[in-house]
Amino acid sequence: MSDLLEIFLTAGFWAATIRIACPLILGTIGELICERAGVLNLGIEGIMTIGAMSGWMWVYQGGDLWTGLMFAAFIGALFGILHSMFTVHLGLSQHVSGIGITMLASSLSFFVFRMMLPSSTTPPKIVPFKPINIPGLSDMPFLGEAIFSHTPMTYFSFAVVPVVIYVLYRTPVGLAVRMSGENPMAVEAQGINVLTIRTAAVATGSAFMAVGGAYLTMSAFDAFYFGMINGRGWICVALVIFASWRPGKALLGALLFAGLDAMQVRAQQFAGGFIPYQFFLMLPYVLSIAAMIVMARRARYPKALLIPFRRGERI
Amino acid sequence: MRLEPRESVSFWLVLFAPIGAIGVALVLTSGLILWTGESIIEAYVSLLKGAFGSRFALAETLTRATPLMLTGLAAAVAFRARFWNIGAEGQLYCGALAATYLGTGLVTLHPAIMVPLLFIGGALAGGMALLLPVYLKSKLSVDEVVTTLLLNFVILLFVNYLLEGPWRDPMSMGWPQAASIIDEGVLPRIMEKSRLHLGFIIGIISAVLVWVVMRFTVWGYEIRAVGHNPSAATFAGISVNLTVLRVALISGGLAGFAGVTEVAGLKGYLTLDLSPGFGYAGIAVAMLANLHPLGVIASAIFLAGIYVGADSMSRAVNIPNYIADVMVAVSVLAVLVSLMLSQYRVRFR
Repeated sequence: MSDLLEIFLTAGFWAATIRIACPLILGTIGELICERAGVLNLGIEGIMTIGAMSGWMWVYQGGDLWTGLMFAAFIGALFGILHSMFTVHLGLSQHVSGIGITMLASSLSFFVFRMMLPSSTTPPKIVPFKPINIPGLSDMPFLGEAIFSHTPMTYFSFAVVPVVIYVLYRTPVGLAVRMSGENPMAVEAQGINVLTIRTAAVATGSAFMAVGGAYLTMSAFDAFYFGMINGRGWICVALVIFASWRPGKALLGALLFAGLDAMQVRAQQFAGGFIPYQFFLMLPYVLSIAAMIVMARRARYPKALLIPFRRGERI
Repeated sequence: MRLEPRESVSFWLVLFAPIGAIGVALVLTSGLILWTGESIIEAYVSLLKGAFGSRFALAETLTRATPLMLTGLAAAVAFRARFWNIGAEGQLYCGALAATYLGTGLVTLHPAIMVPLLFIGGALAGGMALLLPVYLKSKLSVDEVVTTLLLNFVILLFVNYLLEGPWRDPMSMGWPQAASIIDEGVLPRIMEKSRLHLGFIIGIISAVLVWVVMRFTVWGYEIRAVGHNPSAATFAGISVNLTVLRVALISGGLAGFAGVTEVAGLKGYLTLDLSPGFGYAGIAVAMLANLHPLGVIASAIFLAGIYVGADSMSRAVNIPNYIADVMVAVSVLAVLVSLMLSQYRVRFR
């Protein structure tokens, strides 16, 4: 037990928690924006994969890191627009279309990767984002290592949350997005086009997901390999439910989740002898299910989630 | 742009819409072939030859179609009731676990009893894997998409643990694989000099049975009713929760069957790469068939053809075999749109 407590006292644990949380924060915020507008986006797993591949590939082909991120976001938004063509404009099942998008995006990522790098046994590497030490703060004894010496992308991931909260709750655009997810008729009555709002929200959300994927290849690691996302997208979908569709709670959920994941890796070192490692690896998935169970009763989902809007048709 | 429901939808439109959509999908993916610099015609011809060009190729395709048919049926039944079971991959492995547990020496019976026993065990295990998601959906309205998806990862890690730990075959030279199924439990081959086994026939029988149940029985009616409109079904006195439970057990059972056919029919023992995503591909199979159980037979063979053909195409011409997954994904999306357009007319004004 004291081993377990000691984990919390190492700065490395907190630094790892923050690193693991970033793709989850971006993915969860992205999914949350889509769902607040009334569109479930199960394309998330594939969009994170293609974000990871395209951002990495941009840099590998000689591009700059920040434009690489923008490229990943652009590709993510394209898949978001495709998803909204199917679900928002044609009113197809959001479940089925989302799974189709995941299949398409991940298979395209693998195909393009193999096409551009046909014979690579060892995965080629790029120079990822470097940790920057924030002057003054990074010299602090414990917090310096834990919080103030991360890559710029890490700070970016955390900065996204307050911005999204502000836009979603304090601007007319945010109001229109939330209203599209609750009562699209009322949006239409205000003379705002629901279909446009939803399309824009899904495109924006998907761009965040793609950047979340790109975090893995451009900040956390330096290479792209197949099976990299490994269910992180699905965990984000569970985290949105856990957060009851609130961006602030989504941040907390992602951090809590990342903390447990970071602990799991460290706990393997002293408990690995009598508990097989596979059970530690199961923890993230089991915890996601548990999180949904805990929050299920209190979850207040957007009223118009999953319901396609057709102008002039009664719901 | 405006969508208007068609007043009458002809049977031929519904039948040919998916076929036309697959044509469109193949045209779209030929853009990728163009990028590889190979000839499109040559690529598709070598794909077709690899899938159906010889007796051996055809047998390979049908062998690959066997698990796809079963996981496709699993998805089709569940999606009909709007129960989004995305966990066929995990349920397949549960079926394979049950077959391994029962079939590697626990009991030795005559093949005529042994083989059905394996299938019953596999179906039960597959169905049981869905009990938790069904319970959570019915009692706490927790979305089953996420729970079934996440359970896939949990089950796969559990299989990994068994194969590296207690179930590892001591004769396997260190490979993570379980002991072989005893001879009495192995599914007989149904075609000489090929790997095609009894599982294929079981897949076809399952499809016909599922069709009969869905089309002609009260259960099937209730399943379809719950899928169309749960509140109307409740009003008509149908228990939605009970129907969903039934659907889940049938769906999980079919996916469990797929695990049994792969362990006892194809491989002979359980490994970690038993299924290269058959559970997920089953969703594509079901979508291409418009969730029709008999259509699943055709679409499973079509998909298996793409996978087997793409493998041989990537050996013949220089195209990565991931193109198969792209083709399948584009086909699924195109078929979705085409089926929608067969129900609605698009008006521009």
